[in-house]
Amino acid sequence: MAENALNDKVIVCGIDVGSTQTKGILLNSEKEIVEKVLIPTGANVQKAAENAFEELLKKTGLTRSDIKYTVGTGYGRYKVTFGNTQITEISCHAKGAHFVFPNTRTVIDMGGQDTKAIRVGEKGEVIDFSMNDKCAAGTGRFLAACADVADCSLDEIGPLSLKGEKPARLTSVCTVFVESEIMSYLAKGEKLENILAGVHRAIAARTVSLVRRVGVVPEVTFTGGVSKNIGMVRALEETLGLKLNVSPLSHFMGAIGAALFALERALGREV
Amino acid sequence: MDKKKKYQGRMHGLQRELMERWYRKLHEIYEQDRKEAVYIMISGNPVELIRAFDMEPVYPEINALQLAIRKQALPALLKAEEMGYSTDNCNYVKADVGMFFMNSPTSLGTRIPRPALILCNFVGCNTYIKWFEHLAEYTGAPLYMLDIPFMRYEKPTDDDVNYVVNQLKEIVKILEDITGRKFDIDKLREIVKKARIMEELWAKVKNLAKAKPAPFDAYFDSTTMMGPLYVYRGTDEGIKFFEEAIREFEEKIEKGIGTVPEEKFRVVVEGPPPYPYFRVMRDLLARWGAVAVQSTYSTVGGIWEFGFRHDENDPLRAIALHMIEANLPNRNYLQRYEQIKRYVKEWDADALIIHGVKSCRLFSCGQGDMREFFIQDLGIPTLYIESDLEDPRYFSAAQMQNRIDAFFEALEHKKALSKS
Repeated sequence: MAENALNDKVIVCGIDVGSTQTKGILLNSEKEIVEKVLIPTGANVQKAAENAFEELLKKTGLTRSDIKYTVGTGYGRYKVTFGNTQITEISCHAKGAHFVFPNTRTVIDMGGQDTKAIRVGEKGEVIDFSMNDKCAAGTGRFLAACADVADCSLDEIGPLSLKGEKPARLTSVCTVFVESEIMSYLAKGEKLENILAGVHRAIAARTVSLVRRVGVVPEVTFTGGVSKNIGMVRALEETLGLKLNVSPLSHFMGAIGAALFALERALGREV
Repeated sequence: MDKKKKYQGRMHGLQRELMERWYRKLHEIYEQDRKEAVYIMISGNPVELIRAFDMEPVYPEINALQLAIRKQALPALLKAEEMGYSTDNCNYVKADVGMFFMNSPTSLGTRIPRPALILCNFVGCNTYIKWFEHLAEYTGAPLYMLDIPFMRYEKPTDDDVNYVVNQLKEIVKILEDITGRKFDIDKLREIVKKARIMEELWAKVKNLAKAKPAPFDAYFDSTTMMGPLYVYRGTDEGIKFFEEAIREFEEKIEKGIGTVPEEKFRVVVEGPPPYPYFRVMRDLLARWGAVAVQSTYSTVGGIWEFGFRHDENDPLRAIALHMIEANLPNRNYLQRYEQIKRYVKEWDADALIIHGVKSCRLFSCGQGDMREFFIQDLGIPTLYIESDLEDPRYFSAAQMQNRIDAFFEALEHKKALSKS
């Protein structure tokens, strides 16, 4: 059966329903990405998962029955009701990061409400992980709050922060209180670039202490939506003192990992 | 099968019966306004001494946790916060104080009698000193503050033991005054002897969890057994309870029955349980076929599985030794590490789960290091999760499940890799 499946270009799907965005990936049996989609999760988690899946089908002209196996991941994984199974995004990010960067031993995943540090073994298996507590400080939401108060778009704050020559000192790493802190800096006439540099630095410091709990073993791969923020990449690199692996697909890493698990289940062997 | 009783056997029914009987006895003391209640603490408790004067122990911690497990804690916590207790304060304290000032009945609808004596057998927790001071102020009852030296060495020194024995003698005098009865050392010997027999049985129960599959969950079910262990220690009812539990568990071992359909992971658990989500947490672990085979929490009142017993030949010294060296909170952290190491090895566990308690930093501080030590130095997969033992507001179901699922996914993967 496995032989046929390989010849048949088995198509499998990974859906990562995150707190902010839902990501979908279709893989074939050659582990090539057939299609990808990214949509906002919104209030209806189940619908977001459905929509992402429908979008993938529409873009490829495939039908539901063409998809041999679907794995749901992310916070909304149990709402991927059409999926065959659910796997946590911790395992999926590890798997995805290891696939894209095979020498990955540590993953930093920064999403909308979660920051995770994951130690990865040689086969992409999770050795240990550590997560932020029930508080969104130091996550994507924190950056979004900062962007709001600075009257910038989320895409702008990273590049702007790189221009900050004297990063402002932000004592608070609370998502709510950081807004008033930024306001008070702005009121004092501090340069926006310096404030944003301070914001990124504060998050980097917080994240690195999380990563140190599992141990910083190179190579370190940065995944999740926040990895698209160049300011965050640089701030983390500076704080860790090493280069990070960042892929253009880094925010799809959870969905890629989910799709790889789906492929393994569809083929009945490790891929 | 009734879903609510999914994990329950004869032991649970018997426990409920015993605990209800105790609450009714307390209610009777309350109604008749008898001066027979002594408020004490679980950790290394000297319940035998109280029983020697026919006094009844009241454990404010048990009242608090009973509220939490029956999902009635929040109003009491809010009441205490309204009075000025900080949100970060120990939630056992807040639940108990809140309950007191709301003048509300126990979770069973009974009343707790006013204390004839407040005996702060403070071991391992300095917040408890304040708790009992507050209770003394609120109730006007006399307070005796027992000072128990921490375990600084492998064994307590003679000075430590004599220091505690002398305090116990002072308590004897106070109890003589309150009850108007002379202290009868032979009666105490008899109670201590029964405590010893019960400890023997409890140690046997704990060792039965070495069986595969384990016949009971040594975190959740042990917590259930802790009620009779502290309330009925030194009594015939207590002995009967543990004899019955052993009978039930041995039957299960013989038939190869565990607590989940298939025992896949054996874990050791450190830290008090999330009482408001006791069942939810158990389900989250049971989904993975994870069963606790040992727990440190089950030793807060006493560690008996490694051989300590009360000795009726020298009862006051035995009580002192128990308070100093044979309970978890009064022992130092390295001793706790050693205890967990033995659990993992001798009970053949796959992993350690640490449940940190938000409102109890005293129990939880150092758990970060503990996690690192077990993972990095001993190579034992360790999961750290956090909520609270009383306050439902600290429990985030999605995050809790995420951590637990990811941990067992990784363990499963590791097991599969080692097989292939």
